[in-house]
Amino acid sequence: MISLKLEARSQPSDKMRYLSPLIAVVLTLLSGIVLFSLMGTSPWEGLYVFFIEPVSSLYGLGELAVKATPLILIALGLSIGFRANIWNIGAEGQLILGAIFGGSLALWIYPDGNIWLIPSMIVFGALGGMLWAAIPAFLKTRFNTNEILTSLMLTYVAILLLNYMVNGPLRDPSGYNFPESRMFQDAALLPILLEGTRLNLGSLVTLMILIGLWVMLSKTLIGFQIRVVGQAPDAAKYAGFNHKKIIWFSLMLSGGLAGIAGMMEVSGPIGQILPSISPGYGFTAIIVAFLGRLHPVGILFAGLIMAISYLGGESAQISLGLPMALTGVFQGLLLFFLLAADVLIRYRIVLAFKSKAAQV
Amino acid sequence: MALNPEVIALIIVTIIGAATPLLLAALGELIAEKSGVLNLGLEGMMIMGAVIAFMTVHNTGSATLGIVAGILAGMGMALIFAFLTLSLQSNQVATGLALTIFGLGLSALLGREYVGIAYSGLPKLDLPVLSELPFFGKVLFSHDILIYFSLFMVFATFYFLNRTRSGLILRAVGESHDAAHSIGYPVIAIRYMAVLYGGAMSGLAGAYLSLSYSPMWADNMTAGRGWIALALVVFAMWMPSRVLLGAYMFGGITILQLHGQGMGIAIPSEFFSMLPYLATIIVLVIISRQSSASLAPASLGKPFHPTH
Amino acid sequence: MTPRLQLKQITKAFPGCLANDRVDLKIQPGEIHALLGENGAGKSTLVKMIYGLMQPDSGQIFWQGEEVIMQNPKMARSLGIGMVFQHFSLFEAMTVLENIAVGMDQAVDLKTLEKQLVEISADYGLQIDPRKAIHDLSVGERQRVEILRCLLQQPKLLIMDEPTSVLTPQEVEKLFVTLKRLASEGVSILYISHKLDEIKTLCHSATILRGGRFIETLDPTQETPAAMAQRMVGEKITPPKRTEKTAYGKEIIRVQNLSVESDQPFGNDLKEISFQIREGEILGVAGIAGNGQTELLEALSGEVDTPIDSIVIQGRPSGNLPSNQRRMIGMAYVPEERLGHGSVPDESLHSNALLSGYQAKKLLNRGFIDHKKCSDYANHICDKYKVKQSGINSAAKSLSGGNLQKFIVGREIEQGPSLLIAAQPTWGVDAGAAAAIHQSIIDLAQKNSAVLVLSQDLDELFAICDAICVIYEGRLSATYPISAISREEIGLLMGGITPPLSTPAQTA
Repeated sequence: MISLKLEARSQPSDKMRYLSPLIAVVLTLLSGIVLFSLMGTSPWEGLYVFFIEPVSSLYGLGELAVKATPLILIALGLSIGFRANIWNIGAEGQLILGAIFGGSLALWIYPDGNIWLIPSMIVFGALGGMLWAAIPAFLKTRFNTNEILTSLMLTYVAILLLNYMVNGPLRDPSGYNFPESRMFQDAALLPILLEGTRLNLGSLVTLMILIGLWVMLSKTLIGFQIRVVGQAPDAAKYAGFNHKKIIWFSLMLSGGLAGIAGMMEVSGPIGQILPSISPGYGFTAIIVAFLGRLHPVGILFAGLIMAISYLGGESAQISLGLPMALTGVFQGLLLFFLLAADVLIRYRIVLAFKSKAAQV
Repeated sequence: MALNPEVIALIIVTIIGAATPLLLAALGELIAEKSGVLNLGLEGMMIMGAVIAFMTVHNTGSATLGIVAGILAGMGMALIFAFLTLSLQSNQVATGLALTIFGLGLSALLGREYVGIAYSGLPKLDLPVLSELPFFGKVLFSHDILIYFSLFMVFATFYFLNRTRSGLILRAVGESHDAAHSIGYPVIAIRYMAVLYGGAMSGLAGAYLSLSYSPMWADNMTAGRGWIALALVVFAMWMPSRVLLGAYMFGGITILQLHGQGMGIAIPSEFFSMLPYLATIIVLVIISRQSSASLAPASLGKPFHPTH
Repeated sequence: MTPRLQLKQITKAFPGCLANDRVDLKIQPGEIHALLGENGAGKSTLVKMIYGLMQPDSGQIFWQGEEVIMQNPKMARSLGIGMVFQHFSLFEAMTVLENIAVGMDQAVDLKTLEKQLVEISADYGLQIDPRKAIHDLSVGERQRVEILRCLLQQPKLLIMDEPTSVLTPQEVEKLFVTLKRLASEGVSILYISHKLDEIKTLCHSATILRGGRFIETLDPTQETPAAMAQRMVGEKITPPKRTEKTAYGKEIIRVQNLSVESDQPFGNDLKEISFQIREGEILGVAGIAGNGQTELLEALSGEVDTPIDSIVIQGRPSGNLPSNQRRMIGMAYVPEERLGHGSVPDESLHSNALLSGYQAKKLLNRGFIDHKKCSDYANHICDKYKVKQSGINSAAKSLSGGNLQKFIVGREIEQGPSLLIAAQPTWGVDAGAAAAIHQSIIDLAQKNSAVLVLSQDLDELFAICDAICVIYEGRLSATYPISAISREEIGLLMGGITPPLSTPAQTA
């Protein structure tokens, strides 16, 4: 009988740590071929339309940045928590709260606004996300309530809250009762960085935050504390690192960044508050964080790859008449393949020819 | 709306309907967790069960085939999870999330031709004579087969865990996989079976949603029920009877919310719709205060690799 | 006579290490046979192959003269092999009866099983309540459950893996009575240990393993413990050097009426613990595992909060200080668990030097980590304490137990603590490393630091301590000078009985 056997490596393989995301991407492309064939599309055309066409123009590249920005920003925050074994999976809800807070500020002072409006909206957006993340943080530190479930439940609450807001307090007074806010004044819109694209200030802000977090993680004590709390909580206690402080820190950071991402969506590409702000960025960012190895630079690349899956979904819908749901399938597959390929970091796969007697 | 017996009977019947998918999925997850595996992918397994069951019924016309297909779909998803976490040692939390994302995407892809098609629903098993009884007939003896099955499974699960040798071994594996391994039990194989069973029950819960509770297909129609079922297992402290209690409590809140909206209470409907989610959070807080940690299977969520 | 069990040229390799290299072994019916060797000598691997938990790469196993391939534990049990594990294979949340039922190979009626259990436990004098949950039992009682589980299957060969490491001297004596009776009834016993005195009094023959290799089989009754030790270790180990102390300096730590509720589900509350340690003094805390040691260490190290006045370090009430602030007033701590408590397994030695040393060694520069200083510190520890590693960037878990322990002990001592707390400092460590660790602890006390050593190993405590006390069910006994108390008296205290003879040096 031939069987696959996992043999532990004496040291985790660094090479595999970097190779496994690539293996996962390749395997996803291969399953893309199968998937397109099954759906009666020429696989090469499908792959071209999905992965190449969207980024073959300057405008397309700008769109890539627009889609990648919220993914990267949210994933950066989540990765901090994941490192510390704190599973905030409610970023989607925190994003919505950020959008409501940031956007409401613009609508509140409408039609006024000056140079300080955008920075204030960023602060408000961050506060909205932090407020939503503070609930799981408080419940976890105070009652030891599982943050996975609380943060997720709050996402559903946030979606309903947004629904209420656009149907009620924030509805455009001159908008024929459509459930959406009025368009923001110019001072509340993120400035475009590159003529002919939708690339805006948000991408630049995200890049600066990325660099800041990279420095924090590699050079400061708090970065080290986060790693220790996640890998060996007893060792963290031993060193006197305050676990509750780390829980608050990582949830505030991830909530705040998700909130900023939400605010930058409504103040950037959307320009108003709609009942649906994000096509699941908060969930996709979980995949981005893992694909990027919880490392800022890795997340940058992973965010760009995942952004393609959104653009590809749209482009496949327009050019080939394929459903948008394809995006979710590709994203799920990518995460599966990544998790499977990660086994190679700690284990070697050995083909074993076992006699029956040798089975345990 | 006046609360006459007929209305009350109707309310109870709808509560039972809302509770059943939660009950089925949570009972399945209970067994998986008792074996030491934390599968967060209930939502993904459930939605796949829903879409496959609906598609099968629509194409074959057979409700039985639809239910079986739903079960198999849940098991197929569970198999992916089991392979990744048990054979390849991947992180159980991340894999469960992946299962959900994948399931939501794939179900939307598969079901895109089926959105908006109506289905007559599962036949009711009117028990002769009994279902004719006033009030109790409607409340107790006029349901479809899955509801009776879900109640039967509460007792079956209890009996299996506490009265059979297989149940004892399953609990032992969840309690300490190292000890179970050193006695000589095949830990991984037992966990595979438990996870597959959990998948089957989630798939069945999904089939119930799309064939009976709201007989149609819509994207994302599970709407977080998989996650609520997961919270129920914690709430129930891994006891089948408390899963029953919890599921019916949540069913009640869900229905209350609908009736609250229907009765025209001057609160925006969105706030009523938040109730099940907020109730879940409150329940979780109450449970975690009682430090249920000591009741959880001791090996829950921990990866097992037989070392030398 | 046909041997009950015979192993010929058994070899087993793991990636990167040869665990068993052509090992021979022969056990006769009714014989108590010792398997003797240091940690890492390959004893556990060998018995796992006998019990069917793993299979040899080459070599043969003969059972009552016939060659067998031991496929799994079930097969081993059906032949009549029973095993009592060192880390018991019991399920905490289940009852004694359920635990025994899980261990049987055929379905049994629980009522019949309970009857059998009561009979056999009465027969052997191994009292146990079948309805009790395992987490309510003492360590000694848990071992009894494992032994009873084996006896119910009428074994012909009983494997005991380090059975006495968790027992009081008195419990050890009772265990030996049981084992001798079993041997007289014809049961063979394979007794794994590194305690030479025990082997001398109990065993008929002994096989010595060293570094996975078979060294020799000898008659322990004809050898001195010292001679056996030398063959087991392969080199002469010099016992730690210490000078007789007559006076101690000022008081470093005073613990008074410390009571703490355990935060663990099945933990032990601490009740009114009081003691003090002075400059230059090494205080030993003996006790069977699970009597509140974890809780005491957490309270002393600052990992849990206690009333502020219950712990006074250097004259300063410190009960509410977290561990990093206690370090700033001179505390250092070597926890029991090396991997995951004393070190972060997946992090480099460089980072693990930072873990507890960032304050005392000033490894931070305005909030930023000074990586150069970290490396220097890690290198310094490795050089001075002879830690074998493949560079300070290698992960903590890649080191052998002994080397990682030397690194942790070195990291703590190099911070120049006035108070060192060390839990089981040489547990699972080879003899060479253990001797080196003992010497560094003694040297630290020589430089006027106060030291607390908590250990289950009485040999260790008697080798290095100046004074000793015992923890039992969350209470601490009075403190006795080491020269004024015998092992037997300590043993009684470990079992909760206060011996009438000695007078304590200090009353609490």
